[in-house]
Amino acid sequence: MTQDQWTTVADVASAVCLLGGAFLAFAAGVGVLRFPDLLARMHAGTKPQVLGLALVLIGLALRLRSGGAVWALVLVAVFQMLTAPVAAHMVGRAGYRTGKVRSDLLVVDELTQDQERAQVRDHGRPDDDGPRD
Amino acid sequence: MTAVVVVCGVLLTVGAVLAVIRAEKGPSMLDRTIALDIVVTTMIAAVALYAAIERRTDVVPVLVVLSLVGFVGSVTIARFAAVEPEGEGRVRTREEIAAEAERMRAEDEAEGSRRTGRREGYDEHHGGGAEGEVRS
Amino acid sequence: MSLHPRRHRWRTQWATVVWLTVVWVFLWGDLSVGNVLAGLLIALAVTTGLRMAPIDFHGRFRPLGFLHLLGRFAVDLVKASFEVSIIAIRPRYVPHGAVIGVQLRSHSDLYLTMTAELSSLVPGSLVVEAHRLTGMLYLHVLDVRQSGGIEAARQAVLDQEERVLRAFASDEELAAAGLGVRA
Repeated sequence: MTQDQWTTVADVASAVCLLGGAFLAFAAGVGVLRFPDLLARMHAGTKPQVLGLALVLIGLALRLRSGGAVWALVLVAVFQMLTAPVAAHMVGRAGYRTGKVRSDLLVVDELTQDQERAQVRDHGRPDDDGPRD
Repeated sequence: MTAVVVVCGVLLTVGAVLAVIRAEKGPSMLDRTIALDIVVTTMIAAVALYAAIERRTDVVPVLVVLSLVGFVGSVTIARFAAVEPEGEGRVRTREEIAAEAERMRAEDEAEGSRRTGRREGYDEHHGGGAEGEVRS
Repeated sequence: MSLHPRRHRWRTQWATVVWLTVVWVFLWGDLSVGNVLAGLLIALAVTTGLRMAPIDFHGRFRPLGFLHLLGRFAVDLVKASFEVSIIAIRPRYVPHGAVIGVQLRSHSDLYLTMTAELSSLVPGSLVVEAHRLTGMLYLHVLDVRQSGGIEAARQAVLDQEERVLRAFASDEELAAAGLGVRA
């Protein structure tokens, strides 16, 4: 009797986690469409995605309840958490270097300020064709 | 349980479709990279949903491989991203192609007549002379 | 400089070998002798074949700080994801972003990387550029209003660094960063 109750509890918890994860993946899709800027879209691509995936994997682990596959799921979640910020960082850096970041949409842009200051210091003149549109 | 499956499936599908729309619109390569990364993550979620419903453990390596593919793909594109000229990232409509062909043809004609004009010693100026020039 | 360069390299890389073996065993999901041996072989092949920079870790593992770091991180992660989702879904709201520079106080690559990773996953900020030599992190803040202003966002990153240092750093590193040792 108790075993059956635990199974039901696990199934309900798994359903809740799956729903939460799917909702966050949906929010990531909406965000990447709606946000005005490359950097803002990266936010939409990193945070809801990681937690959504973690929730879905927790839901799956609750449902599978067997030892072997659950460890691989832990591995997938850890990989996502380690690699999503790295991918976002590289995309942001590439965006800055290829001039895809519009400084006029940002309230404060200290990276461009520091880069220009470094340019002036190194070459003695501000960069004419720097990362501006 | 069926209701959960349907709702999750709809949410994941709509999220993936919106990301694909961004992949089509996104003015640069990097926007498309992010959008496709989200599509791959949605695929992982969908496969995990299927595994949860059917209680199968043999599709779990697929999840590992997909997460690695998503990461390596977006990092590779970001690593080799190059500067794209304005308008390179868009698919042009038929009117725009026709207008651009028209403009290029007009430029070629102007270039050709400018060359013949130069050979005759600046006697003729198409489109008016330079400012301040006194015509004798 | 050790007289036996290969033995010296093995000794400094053993943590990586152990970690890779653990990953391999997790992948197969099955703690058997064959898996562990295969994992060890592959880990050794990878670490000797591919030249990776050895990680310089002079710190000390503090359990209490580590638990505090994990707990706070989990709470922040959940909060962040829902905040970004609300911004994405709420109609007619355009987030105003900013790029801020934060000068980190520690002088190590490992802590810089960990702070950057954790800051990318928690509310409101995303690391755009990291200058290793000067210890500067540049972050993009999604919505300045929601983070409570630019200085609050900067302070949040510094707090994150402090939690990382209190979880892993040795006493000398803590003192060098200007954080007193808590009793």
